[in-house]
Amino acid sequence: MEILSLLGDGFAVALTPQNLFLAFMGCFLGTLMGALPGLGPANGVAILIPIAFSLGLGPTPSLILLTSVYYGAMYGGRISSILLNIPGDEPAMMTCLDGYPMAQQGKAGEALSLSGIASFFGAFVATCGLVVLAPQLVKIALLFGPAEYFVLFTVAFATLGGITSTNQAKSAFAAALGLGVAMIGSDSQTGSQRFTFDHIHLYDGIDFLIAIVGLFALSEVFIFLEKHNKDAGPSSGPPKIGRILPDLSMLKRCVPSIGRGTALGFFSGVLPGAGASLGSFLAYSLEKQTVDREGETFGKGDPRGVAAPEAGNNAASGGALVPMLALGVPGSGTTAVLLAVLLQLNITPGPLLFTKNPDVVWGLIAALFIGNFMLLAMNIPLVGLFTRVLLIPTRILMPVVAMISFVGIYSITGSTFDVMLMVGFGVAGWVLRKLEVPLVPVILGILLGNQMEVNLRRAMTISDGDWLTLVGSPLAIILWVIAIAGFVLPMIYGRRMKARMESSRKDDEIIGD
Amino acid sequence: MSDRIFGGFGLLLAIFYIWAATIIKDSFMVDVVGPRAFPYMVGTVLALCSIYFIFRPDDEPAWPTFQKFSEIFFATAVMLLYAWVLPEVGFLISTVFATAYLTWRLGTQPFWSLVTGVATSGGIYIVFHLILGLSLAKGPLGF
Repeated sequence: MEILSLLGDGFAVALTPQNLFLAFMGCFLGTLMGALPGLGPANGVAILIPIAFSLGLGPTPSLILLTSVYYGAMYGGRISSILLNIPGDEPAMMTCLDGYPMAQQGKAGEALSLSGIASFFGAFVATCGLVVLAPQLVKIALLFGPAEYFVLFTVAFATLGGITSTNQAKSAFAAALGLGVAMIGSDSQTGSQRFTFDHIHLYDGIDFLIAIVGLFALSEVFIFLEKHNKDAGPSSGPPKIGRILPDLSMLKRCVPSIGRGTALGFFSGVLPGAGASLGSFLAYSLEKQTVDREGETFGKGDPRGVAAPEAGNNAASGGALVPMLALGVPGSGTTAVLLAVLLQLNITPGPLLFTKNPDVVWGLIAALFIGNFMLLAMNIPLVGLFTRVLLIPTRILMPVVAMISFVGIYSITGSTFDVMLMVGFGVAGWVLRKLEVPLVPVILGILLGNQMEVNLRRAMTISDGDWLTLVGSPLAIILWVIAIAGFVLPMIYGRRMKARMESSRKDDEIIGD
Repeated sequence: MSDRIFGGFGLLLAIFYIWAATIIKDSFMVDVVGPRAFPYMVGTVLALCSIYFIFRPDDEPAWPTFQKFSEIFFATAVMLLYAWVLPEVGFLISTVFATAYLTWRLGTQPFWSLVTGVATSGGIYIVFHLILGLSLAKGPLGF
C-alpha cells in the first residue's frame, strides 16, 4: 500500500513537537474564531496568513497551522448556533434549527457534545476520503494540458456562484473583477507593464493577501459598523450548559443520521461550487425527509437535527480540500484562502504537488487527522471555555480584528501604500456585499488570474494561434459541458434553492464558507 | 436603481479597462497571443455583465441611513489616516487611537474605548512583537 507508507511519512512530519504545537494552536484559534459570530473560517484564516508568513514558518508548518484553523472554525461554528441561535459561521446555520431548541430545553451540553462527535466523525471520514480520492484525481489531472487547465479554471469560475446563486451575472462580474486585478503588474510572459500607469507600487502587481484581508476581514468590520445596535451582544452570564455527555441511547439513535450527513457532506464538498453550507443544508433536509416526514420533532430540538448538519458541514470541509490540493482549483471561499497560502509559499497546488512536495501534502493530511482528535478533546470537555469567549462583545472584538489585519499586512509589506490599498479593498468589499456581488469569485480571480492566462497563452503557443485547441480534446469538451451546466443550471434552480435555504435562517450577511 | 448605477459604473470601468489594455506596450519578447488578448476578454465580460445589470436590475438592497453612511465614511478616513501616520508616530500610539475610535463608534463609552485602545495596542505589541517577533512600525520613540 503506497498510500499508507506515504501517510506514515506524513505522520513523521506532523508529529514533530513544533508541528504538533502549531496544530494545537490552530485548532484552538480556529474553534475560537468559528465560535465568535462575525469571524468565520474564511476571514479567520485570512487574517492569520500574513502573520504566519511574518513568523517565517516553512511551508508545511504554515499549512498545518492554517488548515487546523480551518477545521477548528468548522467545529466552532456550532457553539454559538446552539447557545445563542446565531450561527458562528454560515455552514453552522442549519445547526441553529434544532440546536437552539435543545439548549432552551436545558440540553445545551448534550447538543454540544453530540454535535462535537458528529463533527469529529464527519471530518474524520472526509479526511480518509481525501487520502483515497485525491491521488486518484491527481492521476486524471496529470492528463491535463494547458488548454484543459484553462477550461478547468473556467469551470471553477462558472460553478463558483453555486447552486444558490440567484444572479449569475453578478458572479461573472465578480470573477472578471478579480481577473482584472490579477492582470495588474508586469506580464509574466513578455514582461510588458500592464495597468500600472507608471506607478512604481503596482509594478509587482497587487499582493493577493492585501485583497483577501481587505475584502474578507475589513468588509466585515464595515458591515458591523453599519448594523450595530448600541446594546448588542449577550448581556447575562455564560449560558447554562447542563450535562456534557449525551446518553448512549441518544447517541445510538443519531448514528445513522451522522452517517448519512457525512456521505452527503463529503460529496458536496468535493463538487465544485457546493461547499460546506450546502453540505449541511442537504444533510439536514435529507435527514428531515427520512426520519421525520410529518415534521413532528425536527425544529423542536431533535438531536438528529443537530447531528446530521454538523457531520455534513465538517465532511464537506474535508471534501473541499480534494479539488484544492489535487487540481489547485478551490471550490469554496475558505479553500480559496488556503490556496492563497500555497501560492504565497511558492507551492503550485495541483498534480505536481503530490509528486514534487509529498512531504507537504502528506504532512498536512496527517496533521488533519491529529488535529481532528485534538478538536474532539477540545470540544467536548473544554467546551465551557469557548462558551465564555462568546461573552466578548462584538464592539470590542471587531476593532481588534481590524487592528490584527493591519498588523499582518504591515508586517509583511512594510508599506503604507499597501495598507491603504487594503482599506480600499475593505470599502469595495462592503459595497459589493451590499449589492449582493459575491466576494469569493473576486478572490479566486485574483489568485488564479495569472495561471489562467498563462495556460491560455501556452495552449495558443502550442497550437500556433489556433483557438480551436480549447475544444480540441474530449477532456476539454467534457469540462466545457460542466462549466456551461454549472453556469446555466443555477439560473433555473437558483432562486428555488436560495428561497428554501433562506426560509430556514435569518441572517444573510455572512461570507461564504 | 442601485443595480443600474452599479452597471453604469461597471460599464465605465470596463471601457477604461479595455482602453488601458490597448496602451500596453509590447516588449522585445512576443508570443502568439500577446499581453492584450486576455485583458480584452476580461474587459468584455465586465462590460456584458454591466449591461445586464442596467437592463435587469435586482431588487433594491437595504442601504443604510445617511448617518450610518457617514459612520462608514469616517471609519474609512480614520483607517487611512492610521495607515498614513503609522510610520510617523509608531505602532503603539497610533493603534491606541485607531482602536479607541472604532470601539467608541461601535457603542462603548469614551473612557472605556480609550482603555480598550490601550489594552489592544499593548496586547498586540506584546504578543506579536515581543513574543512572536513581527516587525511593527517604529516611530521616533522606537515603538
